[in-house]
Amino acid sequence: MKPSTTSPPQRFYRHRLPVRVMHWINVVCLTVLLMSGLGIFNAHPALYWGRQSTFDQPAVLIGSVPGPSGPVGVTRIGGHQFTTDGVLGNSRVGDAQTPTQRAFPAWATLPGPQSLATARHWHFFFAWLFVINGIAYVAHAIVSGHLTRDLLPTRAEWRRIGVSIKDHLLFRHPTGDAAKRYNVLQNSAYLVVIFGLLPLVIVAGLAMSPRLDAVFPGWVDALGGRQSARTLHFLAATGLLLFVLVHLFEVAINGAWNQIRSMLTGWYTLPADKKEERS
Amino acid sequence: MKPQRLIKSGHPPSRVASRRLALRAALASAGTLSLAGCDRLSNSEGFVDVLKSAQHLSRAAHGLVAGRKAMAQEFDRADVAAHFRGNGTLMPADADYRALLQGGFKDWKLEVGGLVETPRAFTLAELRAMPSRTQITRHDCVEGWSSIGQWKGVPLAHLLAQVKPLGNAKFVVFRCADSMDGPSLDGRDSRYYESVDLDEAYHAQTILAYELNDAPLPVTNGAPLRARIERQLGYKHAKYLMKLELVENFSSIRDGQGGYWEDNGYEWYAGI
Repeated sequence: MKPSTTSPPQRFYRHRLPVRVMHWINVVCLTVLLMSGLGIFNAHPALYWGRQSTFDQPAVLIGSVPGPSGPVGVTRIGGHQFTTDGVLGNSRVGDAQTPTQRAFPAWATLPGPQSLATARHWHFFFAWLFVINGIAYVAHAIVSGHLTRDLLPTRAEWRRIGVSIKDHLLFRHPTGDAAKRYNVLQNSAYLVVIFGLLPLVIVAGLAMSPRLDAVFPGWVDALGGRQSARTLHFLAATGLLLFVLVHLFEVAINGAWNQIRSMLTGWYTLPADKKEERS
Repeated sequence: MKPQRLIKSGHPPSRVASRRLALRAALASAGTLSLAGCDRLSNSEGFVDVLKSAQHLSRAAHGLVAGRKAMAQEFDRADVAAHFRGNGTLMPADADYRALLQGGFKDWKLEVGGLVETPRAFTLAELRAMPSRTQITRHDCVEGWSSIGQWKGVPLAHLLAQVKPLGNAKFVVFRCADSMDGPSLDGRDSRYYESVDLDEAYHAQTILAYELNDAPLPVTNGAPLRARIERQLGYKHAKYLMKLELVENFSSIRDGQGGYWEDNGYEWYAGI
């Protein structure tokens, strides 16, 4: 049980240089894209389903209603209205004494003060960077074997998915050699993000461009129409945000420094095996 | 279980905790710094110019996959919105426009000049007598909303053929009646204007519309005449048209960015 009796920590070269570089480019791009995206959303804080906007019947609306002491921020989803004052619909910008009526708060948008033009500049510049980086990642993953070796779970791993779910729920994490491989839930999350959410967020984003609609007139209807595409873009981005939050949580509870260092230097210290410890 | 985890990692709890705290503080301050930095960058003209440069890449890529003649989607009568949303100026406050409106636009004329062989002015009746195109298209506002409407108007290509642009003409500038910042309080011209290149000007769906949904164009949507630039965002579709001007470049017009919103920071290429 004493640290001195355990074998020296085993180090393992986990992330190769291209993956590390592309990971950190992703961090910057995703942060800028999420925040500038919320800034763009604020220019018309409503979502619709279909080819055009049904202004009197939005699927989602973030706004404000009059209250006894000024506007109160509310969020409407379908027919339900929630008070979200202070965060959504009505919030303070910086050190301001009085709140401003805005959908997403200044701390979540880029730029902080509302500017659709500037938010668009950030968004479209980093969208290019993000897509180029993503294409480079997928190409590298296929060519280097990262995809088949690390990302695709084996048949045996799929069969043990129940065990993996249970381990996650109990916050039990693999040690020793088992920690060298991504577990099946981790693999599934990465695959859903890489081949599901990211293509969806990109295609739905492209579908909002009036010029790209003309590539093949009508293709946007495959997504349910332009306003559906805007909603799907928002939902896919929400999915990516959830992934990031779970990802950061897993990093935080699994030896944060070891994890961050492995993404900086490539070297990961394997958590010692429980069996060895007991001996 | 908790102490065991700490011992396993080989460090006394306090060191781990303090390291964790330091890391958290470092990440938090990096986060705050970078966010404050981003807002500072947003106010730096040079940096914003770098960000804006992406529009050239977008425009070139769009041109490759959707050629200059590619058509915007057209819809059915059933798709037309019951109420087509108006945006920007909904009723110009300018006295000269109000006078034209009161006269039912009988005295209104569209001047077409600049780099053309034969500058001319067209009355509304003359424009209505010209060949027309009717199209049901979706209007996408830069803010994010869309509305579908049926437009009838004269193809801009037809009008340009009447005035014969000179070889050095590269852009069509749309001059409008509505002052955006109130009718010239300090004598500064704030009337709406826009510009498109000749590919867009000669595009089959680029029309000067005088009808919306089978009725004369309402004032909220740009009466008596507005541009339809179907493959770009709403701010390109100049309303309350007064004059078309063919130019070689627009750098000497107002703030030189090619449009009212462009002078206020928006991209000149509005295909995205």
